[in-house]
Amino acid sequence: MNEKTEVETVEIFIMGKRYEVPKGLTIMKAMEYSGYQYVRGVGCRGGFCGACATIYRLEGDYKLHTDLACQTTVQDGMYLTQLPFTPAGREQYDLEELEVDNNPLLDLYPELARCVSCNTCSKSCPQDLEVMDFVNEAIRGNIKEVAELSFDCIQCGLCAARCPAEIPHHHVAQLARRIYGRYQAPESEHLEKRVKEIANGQFDDELEELVNLPKEELEERYENREIEE
Amino acid sequence: MRTGKLKSNEEPKEDPYPESMRESIKKVEQTREERIGKEVDRMNPDEREQVLNKYHPDYREEGMRGLDAGPNQGDQMPLELADLLEAYPAVDPSEVDLTKVDYEVDVLVIGGGGAGTVAALWAIKEGIDPSDILIATKLRHGDANSMMAQGGIQAADREVDSPKAHFLDIVGGGHFANKPELARALAKDAPGILKWHEDLGVMYDKNEDGSMKTLHGGGTSRKRLHSAKDYTGMELMRAIRDEARNQEINVEEFSPAVELLTDSDGTVTGALLYNMETEQYYVVRAKSIVMATGGFGRLHIQEFPTTNHYGATADGLVMSYRAGANLLDMDSVQYHPTGAAFPEQIVGLLVTEKVRGSGAIPVNRDGEAFVFNLEPRDVEAGALIRECYGRDMGVETPTGMKGVWLDTPMIDMIHGEGTFEENLAYIYRLYTRFGIDPTEDPLLVFPTLHYQNGGIEIDDEGRTAVEGLFAGGEVEGGVHGKNRLMGNSLLDYNVFGKRAGISAAKRAKETELGDLTLEHARRYIEELEKAGVDEERRSPMLIPEYRGEEALSRSIDII
Repeated sequence: MNEKTEVETVEIFIMGKRYEVPKGLTIMKAMEYSGYQYVRGVGCRGGFCGACATIYRLEGDYKLHTDLACQTTVQDGMYLTQLPFTPAGREQYDLEELEVDNNPLLDLYPELARCVSCNTCSKSCPQDLEVMDFVNEAIRGNIKEVAELSFDCIQCGLCAARCPAEIPHHHVAQLARRIYGRYQAPESEHLEKRVKEIANGQFDDELEELVNLPKEELEERYENREIEE
Repeated sequence: MRTGKLKSNEEPKEDPYPESMRESIKKVEQTREERIGKEVDRMNPDEREQVLNKYHPDYREEGMRGLDAGPNQGDQMPLELADLLEAYPAVDPSEVDLTKVDYEVDVLVIGGGGAGTVAALWAIKEGIDPSDILIATKLRHGDANSMMAQGGIQAADREVDSPKAHFLDIVGGGHFANKPELARALAKDAPGILKWHEDLGVMYDKNEDGSMKTLHGGGTSRKRLHSAKDYTGMELMRAIRDEARNQEINVEEFSPAVELLTDSDGTVTGALLYNMETEQYYVVRAKSIVMATGGFGRLHIQEFPTTNHYGATADGLVMSYRAGANLLDMDSVQYHPTGAAFPEQIVGLLVTEKVRGSGAIPVNRDGEAFVFNLEPRDVEAGALIRECYGRDMGVETPTGMKGVWLDTPMIDMIHGEGTFEENLAYIYRLYTRFGIDPTEDPLLVFPTLHYQNGGIEIDDEGRTAVEGLFAGGEVEGGVHGKNRLMGNSLLDYNVFGKRAGISAAKRAKETELGDLTLEHARRYIEELEKAGVDEERRSPMLIPEYRGEEALSRSIDII
C-alpha cells in the first residue's frame, strides 16, 4: 500500500443534482462527503430513531425504494432524497381512562378500516416488519398481536407516507404496545413486592450504613460480595 | 418473528469477510465447541489496575489537559472537551435583546431526550401545569442516546437481589469515586422506576408468570438486567415520549439552548434558544431550569469512533460551566468494549453487552479466549486494547482497523436456535443488512466511545451548585464515579430526571420569575481573555462537522 490507490467512486444524485462519492459509504455519509451538513434528517445514525427516512430510485428501475440513510450503502445511479418530516395525525388519549375492551385502536383510528390490503406499508418498512399484518390485527382488536408484530418499529413514518388509506401505522402501533404493556402483559409480582418493601423503609438502614462506610471497608465488602451464578 | 433483510437488488451472496479475516474465523470455529461452558477467571484487583493503567485511553496523559478558567481550574479534562469549555460564547452578549421575552414558564427543560422528558412528566405530577413547562431541544423530541440503549436497565427487584447489592456493584464498578448518596438514590429508586414504566405500558421481557427475564451485565453480582429485546432504550423512550404528548407538554424542536441567563446574584433565570432553521433566537424566562442535554460522544475524544447520537456535543456542560456549575470526574470517559469494527459502514456502532451477557465471548485471531466476558466496562475495554496492541493478537480489517472476534454463534449453541434473532433483533438486523449473519459468523469488535461518566455535580435532589439549575441524565456526574456499569444509564436518566423534575417544580412553586442578564457570560469572557484563550474558539458546538475535506476547503460564507 505504498502508492496512493485510486478510490473507487459511484455517481449519485442528491435531489437530482449529481455528485461523485467513494464507493461503500452509507447514504448519510455520502451526503456529508458531498458537502451537506445535516440539521434535519439525522438522529442516532445507528438505525434506532427513524429520523433519516430516505426515498430513492435506481437508474433503469421503476421502483421507488425506501430505507434509512444511515443504514443503506450508496449504489451507482442512485437518485435520492430524505424526508425531513412526515406529517401523520396522532390522537390524544388517557391510558388510564381507555376502554380497552372495545377495540380502542379502531375507536381512535377509524381510518384503519380504510385499509385496502395493498401491502405498500410492509414493502416500505426499513425494518422489514409485516406492517399490513398488524393493521389487520388492529382492525380485529387483537392488541397483543399488534404489539408484538410492531415491536421493532422505529417510527420513521415511511409506511404512513406511502399508505393510500392514510393510516398513521406507527401511532396505532404505539397505542397498542402501551395498552398491551399496561393491561394485558402478566404482572410482575416480585416487582410489586420490592416496591412496597422499599416504601416501607426495609433497606434504609443497610443503605445508610454503606453510604457512610470508609472507602477501605467498602472495597473489602465489594471484593467479597456474593456473586450469583 | 421478523428478521433483518437482504436487499432484493443486491448481488447473490458473496462472503462479507475478506479472505484474511475468513482464515482467522476458521480458527475461531475450531475452538468454539471446547470454549462452551468454560469460563475465563475474573481478574483480581491488581490485574484490573494493571490493564487500566497500561491500556485504557483515560490513562494516556497526552489526551488530557488542565483547565485555566472557571470553577474546575486545574482539573484534567480530555483535550476536546477542554477546548469547548474554554471557548467564547457563540452568541455575543451585546448583540441580544433580553427585554423581549418569548416564553415565560415555571420549568424550562433543556434537552428532549430521556432525562428531560422524565423531568417534565414528574414536574407535572408535582403540580406544575403542562402549559407552564417548556422542553427546548436541539433535534426532534426523543432524538437522544436514550433511544439507542440496547441491553437493558438495572433494578434490584428479585428476591435474591437487594438495593444493597446493587449499591455495592455501582460503587465498585465506579472505583469508589461515586458520590455515595447518588449511588444510593440510583439503587433505591430503581424498582419504583420499573413499576412506573409498567404503568406507562412499557413491554419488558417477561416469563409467562409475569416474572422479569434478567441477565448479568458487566460487574453485576446479581442477574439484574431487565430488557425489551435489544431495543430497551427505544421501547422506554417512545413510551415516555408518547405520554409527554398525551400530557400536551410544549416542545420546541430544532431550538437548542445556547446560553443560560442569570440575575445579578448568579441565579439562573432563563435561557437563550436558537432556532437552527430560521436562525432566530428566543428568550425564555423560567423559575427553574433542568439541564438534560446528555453527553459528549460526538467530540470523538482521542479520535475514537462513537456509539452516540448526532447531537451528543456537550452543550449542557458548556452552558452550565459558564454559569458556575462544578464538573466531576470529567477525566473519565467510557469506551464500550464492543463497538463494531467491521464492516466500515457501521464502525463504532454499539454491539450491546447483552451479547456477552447471553454467552458470547471475545476471542483473539487464533480463536483463544483472553478475558472474562463480563468484567466492568473499562477493564474489559482495556483487555481488548491490550489484545490488539499489547499482544498483537487482533485481526486487521481492509481499512487498517484492528479488532477481536465476539463469538456470537455461541449464543444459539448455548440457548437454542432462534435465541439470537428473538432477543438480539437489532444486532441481527444491523449485521444482516450488510450481509453478515451473527448466528453463523463472529463479529469483529473494538472499543468505542460510549458514555460520559462524569458531568455536572448534583446532590441527591438533582440540584447543581448554581441556584435555580437542576440536572439529570448523562449530563450530570457523581452517580457512576469513574465507570458506569451497563444498565445504569437508562436507570440514571429515569431516577435523576425524576428527582430533578420534582425539585425544579418545588422551587418553581416557591419563587418568582427573575431578571434576565448575561452577566455571568461577560465575567467568563473576562476570565478567558486573562487566560489568553484563542478568540476564534466558540461554543456550544451544537452539531459536529462531518463534511468531506474537499467540500470544506471550498466552503465560503457569503450569504
